[in-house]
Amino acid sequence: MNFALMIKNAVNFQKLARYFLSIILLSVLWISHANASPVDTFEFKDEATKLRFQTLSKELRCPKCQNQNLADSNSKIAVDLRKSLYNLLQEGMTDQEIIDFMVYRYGDFVLYRPQLKKQTYILWFGPLIIIIGFFTGVIFVLRRRSKASQLDLSAQEQASLDDILNKK
Amino acid sequence: MKSIIRFIPLILFILLGVLLYRGLFLNPQAMPSAMIGKPLPDFALSSLKAPEQLVGRTDLKGDIVLLNVWATWCIQCKYEHPYLLNIVKDSRIKLYGLNFTDDRSAALRWLEQYQDPYVFSIFDEQGALGLDIGVFGAPETFVIDHTGIIRKRFAGPINDKIWQKEFLPLIETLEEERKAALANSLAKAPGAS
Repeated sequence: MNFALMIKNAVNFQKLARYFLSIILLSVLWISHANASPVDTFEFKDEATKLRFQTLSKELRCPKCQNQNLADSNSKIAVDLRKSLYNLLQEGMTDQEIIDFMVYRYGDFVLYRPQLKKQTYILWFGPLIIIIGFFTGVIFVLRRRSKASQLDLSAQEQASLDDILNKK
Repeated sequence: MKSIIRFIPLILFILLGVLLYRGLFLNPQAMPSAMIGKPLPDFALSSLKAPEQLVGRTDLKGDIVLLNVWATWCIQCKYEHPYLLNIVKDSRIKLYGLNFTDDRSAALRWLEQYQDPYVFSIFDEQGALGLDIGVFGAPETFVIDHTGIIRKRFAGPINDKIWQKEFLPLIETLEEERKAALANSLAKAPGAS
């Protein structure tokens, strides 16, 4: 009697586990779907333009949703800017011209990769300076340590040391 | 010398702490507009209420022009709207609307329903002018001085506190600048007036 109940419970449990598993699977699938980039139906004149569009929309930052690029964002402004980007590309503007166009209107903020200029020197060279500083510090400390471990013995001390060593 | 070196990590830690603490009180949404100090670009778009009539930069008459970006899809614009009706009582400013990527009939219904504070609204269906002045949402309000230079961009709804703090001081400065320029031009050409 009890045994039969246990089996029944076990079967029920298995069923339950299966349900859970499918729910988890479904939600995972759903999440990955929600993360998919928005798809626009742009038609490009050639493959190169399409590639440039993809690169630029990854390099340009959405002004409203601050941690997404244009390719990633579904906000209204990002959709509009993708459309303008497409139009500018179709007009035959170069990448630099498009970047200048966007920076003129939206400021340096739209660039994920900041331009090299006076205000951004610290961004570009700061890490390099920190790394160089770190290694100079390390070399400095190590040198001092190795110097400290060399014993400065006077002639007399050296003689007595030799004496001790020779005795053995 | 050694005792100073011993304190370096503490000093660095305190500096980092100060930096991060300041960051807690910064508003990441408050972005300076790239258009400040630049002239308002020219445009040719239809007026919201008169579709056949094209308007351009020179139609924005007034010594101090406020250009308010609005749309019917924008919830905060609804919140801001009553206050706009209030600020146009100030005779020093002229308020124009930029109806941004919107539907004309919906926008007209909106103005009918909530009253119209604007001298007129520019109908920018494609967001062309919006793109040219770096609009990234609505509501946004631009302040343009008497020479046609954009002096300020405020993103977000205007209320009394913001008006007092962000706009009134600038309006007073612009008034003084205008008067000074006027006096200057009069002094240069005494016979011309």
